[in-house]
Amino acid sequence: MSTHATTFGVPHRKMAMWVFIGSECMFFGSLIATYLSYEGKSVVGPTPAEILNIPLTSVSTFVLLMSSLSMVLALDAVQRRQNGQAKLWIGGVIVLGGLFLAGQVYEFSHFYEEGLTLQQNLFGSTFFVLTGFHGAHVTVGVIWMATLLVMAFRGQLGPERSLDVEVAGLYWHFVDVVWIVIFTVVYLIQ
Amino acid sequence: MNEIAEHHGGAHASRSTYWLVALILAIITLLEVAVFYIPFLRAAIAPILLVLSATKFALVAMFFMHLRYDRPILTAILSTGLVVAAAIILALMLLFGALRLMAPA
Repeated sequence: MSTHATTFGVPHRKMAMWVFIGSECMFFGSLIATYLSYEGKSVVGPTPAEILNIPLTSVSTFVLLMSSLSMVLALDAVQRRQNGQAKLWIGGVIVLGGLFLAGQVYEFSHFYEEGLTLQQNLFGSTFFVLTGFHGAHVTVGVIWMATLLVMAFRGQLGPERSLDVEVAGLYWHFVDVVWIVIFTVVYLIQ
Repeated sequence: MNEIAEHHGGAHASRSTYWLVALILAIITLLEVAVFYIPFLRAAIAPILLVLSATKFALVAMFFMHLRYDRPILTAILSTGLVVAAAIILALMLLFGALRLMAPA
């Protein structure tokens, strides 16, 4: 299968994904800017120092980083026509992405029990909007990976469809790099 | 219009490189957490963590997203988004007084 290239020699769909990623940088940049602008300005608790769970989030960060490894190995397997390996690594991305989301659900529910809600204070509002949007992106990514896994099980994911996997992978890696920034800015630099 | 093959596998890194990059990413994450818990690094925690975070970001973009091997235009697109995002963050932080260029008189 071949595809039309842009004048830059890049397939249209790949170029479109990169332009989307460029715009997403600005989107998440705005959310991070809002979080930082209001940081330390809450007049009531809970504060980040009181409530953020660094060990749990460190494990979640590691899980998401390893999901990126799984994603790139899945693309490599598809390009080499190794369908069994492709299924294994795509499944790995889904499991690791699911684990990350489970950690986020646990974190959000724990915060809610501790009294931190979207309306409680500026920290709650900015934190939940920023990490919630990231979690929504991870959810979309997991659903996307599930569709690729179905294609792999149907034997429809050969080298001729590697662009499909590459574009999905770009999205997944972007979600990972956004978390790299959020982990540092929100959790570690308080 | 040009026709090009969808498969660009020859220009990508090897599997061993991917595993090595993942190992480095894991080590940097461990370092970040260690820096957070070391009391005497508190004063310089922000610059240290920002450098470590930027290194992780660059490794994922270069090797996992293949920017190191792909067309420069793709790096330019990502860089443009990042520059605008950084400008938004700086502008809003200055506007809301979360960051000061000069000490108040």
